[in-house]
Formats: sequence, structure tokens, C-alpha cells
Amino acid sequence: MTVNELQDQVIEDFSAFDEWFDKYAMLIELGNSLPEIQESQRVEQNLIQGCQSRVWLDAHIDEATGHVIFEGDSDAVIVKGILSLLIRVLSDHAPIEIAQSDLYFIERIGLKEHLSPTRSNGLLAMVKQMKLYGLIFSKRAQ
Amino acid sequence: MTDIQANIDSIRQDFPILETQVYKHPLVYLDNAATTQKPRQVIEKIEEGYRRQNANVHRGVHFLSQMATEAHEDARRCVASFLNSSSEREIIFTRGTTESINLVAFSFGEKFVSEGDEIIVTEMEHHSNIVPWQMLCQRKGAVLKVVPFNDRGELDLQVLSSLLGQRTRLVAVAHVSNTLGTVNPVAEIIRTCHEAGVPVLVDGAQSVPHQTIDVQVLDADFYVFSGHKVYGPTGIGVLYGKEKWLEQMPPYQGGGEMIATVSFEKTTYNELPYKFEAGTPDFIGSTALAEAIRYVQRIGMDNIRRYESDLLQYATRQLMQIDGMRIFGQAGNKESVISMQVGKIHPYDMGTLLDKLGIALRTGHHCAEPVMRHFGIESTLRASFALYNTKAEVDYLVEGIRKVRNLFE
Repeated sequence: MTVNELQDQVIEDFSAFDEWFDKYAMLIELGNSLPEIQESQRVEQNLIQGCQSRVWLDAHIDEATGHVIFEGDSDAVIVKGILSLLIRVLSDHAPIEIAQSDLYFIERIGLKEHLSPTRSNGLLAMVKQMKLYGLIFSKRAQ
Repeated sequence: MTDIQANIDSIRQDFPILETQVYKHPLVYLDNAATTQKPRQVIEKIEEGYRRQNANVHRGVHFLSQMATEAHEDARRCVASFLNSSSEREIIFTRGTTESINLVAFSFGEKFVSEGDEIIVTEMEHHSNIVPWQMLCQRKGAVLKVVPFNDRGELDLQVLSSLLGQRTRLVAVAHVSNTLGTVNPVAEIIRTCHEAGVPVLVDGAQSVPHQTIDVQVLDADFYVFSGHKVYGPTGIGVLYGKEKWLEQMPPYQGGGEMIATVSFEKTTYNELPYKFEAGTPDFIGSTALAEAIRYVQRIGMDNIRRYESDLLQYATRQLMQIDGMRIFGQAGNKESVISMQVGKIHPYDMGTLLDKLGIALRTGHHCAEPVMRHFGIESTLRASFALYNTKAEVDYLVEGIRKVRNLFE
């Protein structure tokens, strides 16, 4: 599926909730089910700055497909839930597709308030870092 | 004097913001240690200041300027009487607690601190009562010493006594910890320090809103607080300093108002308190702060203290019944602040979800990283109370925390 098809899927999933509380309950569920990362990935160089909680993001290229695979973790479950959405949408895509993606689902599911740089959960920092990985890997492939 | 419990509805009506709905829930504001909400009397005073009284203060010959000057100096007298200072010459208006501390760290430091001297702070200070002293120590080659606290959140006064020495120039201590809620025995601390000939600066940011302060009874050398934490506007604060120190200290900033005469050869400085008030003062802020002070004085600081202490005890009891509740700061003498963690739930997660239920509180390190380090944690969830909070709001908080906790299990 393309990045946009995946975004539409997420929007569909969240459309069932009117209440903020329920949306966050969903994020917690997603956060709790995000696969664990290795201890070796939980290192300083994978830490994303600017978050009130700690967020680790790791990326590598799947040699078979040339796609970027993202893995990550956070000590705050809601942040982990947000990260899990980003991974679901962006992971396993071509680097250039990631770099050029327009993540409209964030606004559509009502998380836009979290994109403001003054928020401390680091959503903006996570998105930036993922796109940067896309850019770096696409340059490397050229 | 007002019985708060009996008049809580009319008191709450004084605070327009309390009618706000947040995500379709009534606002429950429990972030008062960060800033308090403003009663309409204060809001109206600010508006009236700009509508009817706006003219630059001091030396103006015209009617408006004289009126503004009179209001500004009235505000100074109001603060002086609020702290029971012996003279309004000892009341300096600043932007807040942080600027007050920086002023003393700079000016007192310039005059009295040199290489090898020592400044003492405590492990439970807000960063604002650590960093200015660190900067002073760096500038002068002085040494910063730290008084630790125990796991209940009480200072080890024996260590303080042992640290006081020939080279100690000043002790800076919070009256009430913004993270632990501990009320430190500042009268005793000041007595001990004075016996060793050492002056004391008291950070009153978290005490002034909650109890009667008498700088003469305490015998504090410096006492500082912020207007916005005591129902006044942001951007105005106070430095009380004993005249004997302020007279000897050099000015902090240069500019208008703080001078007596200026020439390119030599400038002489104005007398107290103006020597420390360079530039146009926040004269609208000062009069609104005075209005806030009159507001709490009408209710009565002792009434406020009793009411909030009852609320704190009730909240502590109710919160402790939640499974996995951990409260940081269990000092015998506590005020208005509860720092907590619930099971393994990250305070950020808890705070984010409580926000969605309309409950405003704070998560993070509360600008007191050494306190976090003491307990080996990164952050806490902090509820802090003011005179308009109620037991029903505490119940709603407890219910909210339970609801959030259930999501995680």
C-alpha cells in the first residue's frame, strides 16, 4: 500500500471516536502493541531531542526491497502510540516516498495540536527525523 | 475576613476563567504553583490602569503622571505592609522571583563575593535559585555548596550548620518547595545562619500565596516573590531586602530612574528603592499586584492557609487510596503541592489524558532536576492548589486518575 492509502486507513480507524478520551485510549492500545526494540537500539544516538518523554527512533534499509524500515520506542505510552502510527504509515516505503510524503492524517485524526513546536511530545521532531532518514537514504541510493 | 468554605461559590465567581469548558468538561485548574488565576478585581484594575491612569511615573508635572505615580507608590506601600517590611525603601519591583534572585546574585555578589568564597543553596531549589548563584560562582571563582534533603523531603539542617563557615557569604533557600511542597523552617535556618554571620535570601515564590509572611519576624535579609503566583499579573515581582544590604549593593542595571545625576565624567545613583529600578517600571502591574494583595488580605491569609491545608490533607488521603500511588515529598510541614507517580504510568501520559478530562496540572521536572535526581526519576505529575479549589475538584481528579489508570491495565 502507498503512504496515502495507509493514511486513509488510519483516518478510517479513528473516525469511530468522537471523544478525545477514546482517541487517546486507542493511542495507548497502539503504544502498548508496538514491538519492542533491541537494547542496542535504545542508545543516545537514536534519541530524539525535544520531547518531555524519551523517544528512540532507529532506521535501516531492507536490502531486498530498498525500503526504509523504522523501529522505535518511548517511555511514555501515548507518545509510543503516536510513533506507532507514524511507523505504520511510513515504514517499509522507498526513501524518496518518505521524504516527499505529506502527512495529512495527523490533522484529520485531530492530532494537529500536537504538531505545534511548543508541544513537548516531540511529534514534530519525530516526523522531521523520519523524513530526514528518507532524504539521507534516497541520496545514498543515487 | 471571609470563611472560604462557606463562601466558595462567590469566591469562585470572582475568577472568570473558572467558568471555562475544556474539551466539553468544566475546567479543573490544579496548576497553581505554576501560576494562579486572576480575580476580576485584578483584571479590572489592569483595564482601569490603561483606560484612566496611563502616564509614565515619577517627575511628571501633569495630572495623569502624578496620579499614576501615586498609585505605583501606593502599591509599594501595600507590598511593604503585606510583608511587614519596616520601610517601603526596602521594596524593589522586579519582573518576578527569577529577576529578584538574579539582582541579588549580581549586586550582592559584586560587592561581597570574591574568589574562594562560598554560597549555600539546597537540593530542593527551583533552577531559578540555583543557576544565578552558579553564574555568580563562575564569575567570581566562588564555590557553590548544597544542603541535601531526606527521602521525606526535609532539609538536613545539621549539614547546613556544618557547611556554614568563614567563607560563606550567603545562603539561598526556598520557603516552600515547588516540587515537594515542603515548608522549610526558614526562621530557624535564618537564626542559624545569622549566628554564623551569614545573610539569607528566601525564595518566597511558593509561600507568599499561602501564608502570612513577616520579614521582620523571620529576620530575612532578602525575601523574593512573583506577582502572578499570588493572583496578580505576570511580569511583576518583588525583592524585599534589608536596607543595610541594599544600601551597600551596586546597581543591577543602568538607565532612567535609577540615577541622581548623569554626566559623561560621573553618574551618581538614585536612592533606594529607585537605585535598583532602571527604566520605566511596570506601574500598571504594580497597582494590579496591590489589588491582588488586597484581595487575599480581605479573605485573610490565615483563612487561606487553613482552607488550603485542609484541602491538601483531603487530597493526600484520597490520592493515597489509588493503587500504585507514590507521592514525592512527605514532609511533616507541607503546603499546597502534591508531586506523584501512579504505578508505571508515565506522568506525560497521565497528564495528557487528565487534560482531556478538563484537569489542568503539570508534568515534568518542575524546574527542579536535582529533586528528580534525588528520587531517581525523570518527572512527576504535580497537582497544586489555590484558594478557589474544592474537595469536589479533588474527587474529580481522583476519579480521573482511576479512569486513566484503568486504560493502562
